[in-house]
Amino acid sequence: MDDIGTPTLSAADTWTVAGRTFTSRLIVGTGKYKDYATNAAAAEAAGAEIVTVAIRRVNLSDPSQPMLVDHVKPDRFTFLPNTAGCFTGEDAVRTLRLAREAGGWNLVKLEVLSNTKHLLPDMEETLRALKLLIADGFEVMVYCSDDPVYALKLEEAGAAAIMPLGAPIGSGRGIQNMLNLGLIIEQSKVPVLVDAGVGTASDAAVAMELGCDAVLMNTAIAEARDPILMASAMRHAVIAGREAFLAGRMPKRMYADPSSPLAGLI
Amino acid sequence: MNLTINGEVRAMAPLPHLAALVTTLGLDPRKVAIERNLEIVPRSAYEQTPVADGDRIEIVHFIGGG
Repeated sequence: MDDIGTPTLSAADTWTVAGRTFTSRLIVGTGKYKDYATNAAAAEAAGAEIVTVAIRRVNLSDPSQPMLVDHVKPDRFTFLPNTAGCFTGEDAVRTLRLAREAGGWNLVKLEVLSNTKHLLPDMEETLRALKLLIADGFEVMVYCSDDPVYALKLEEAGAAAIMPLGAPIGSGRGIQNMLNLGLIIEQSKVPVLVDAGVGTASDAAVAMELGCDAVLMNTAIAEARDPILMASAMRHAVIAGREAFLAGRMPKRMYADPSSPLAGLI
Repeated sequence: MNLTINGEVRAMAPLPHLAALVTTLGLDPRKVAIERNLEIVPRSAYEQTPVADGDRIEIVHFIGGG
């Protein structure tokens, strides 16, 4: 309770991945923004402590182009390098070795996609890539399908976090399979994050109410008419969903149950 | 000498080491990572790493992504 009697989340409500402890349960991407300044402002408004980043070739014809690290600063945010665009385990390992050299971080996000239309993960190749990365000393947060069977295989192979999609990347369709996500959350001993599919604040709240440890999103904020305001909305939604999960929702009933007592009616 | 840098063949004057290449290209070495012939070169080794004719160099950095 604070001094006006409003219940607040205990300061101890943190989550830990690969030995690193975070308070914010909202991880934001850094793609699709109109510029890096908007991107940085949105990440601040989201209250994010972790941002995902991609690794790409430097533009040699114009080395003076704005650089991400000049706006979204690695001393303010934990960078989570991804393997977006990789379709094989070898591509993913090569990309993340470069990321480790560029930033010095072992904590990475693995995503191995299958085709460019639906961007759904290739789980067989994802599992193979995960094993290669772990053998190379990485701590790997794994983007995956919402399949509890594969999620368990990833965990058994040593994934630092399981990150099932709510819906395809950039689709904004919300949580498509609450049943499967619930099963994954129930069985996992490592953090579970919904990664991809969130379209608006209520989607993020639903993910957190299911009991996820955190939510990762990019397009829902970047493509909002006002990205900074949406980042703030997402921050509140994640907190609201987390508090509702901790509070424990009321039971669902078939019929009404009056809130005013029937006794003492005139 | 000819170097293939980020997939593009470039004719360059001879360079003493990788650090000189980074400087010649106008890049900040603190913000990039480099692969030479598919081997990662640690930033601390740029001045000890030779650059030879025919080398394939990849120079990458962090950009926005999800």
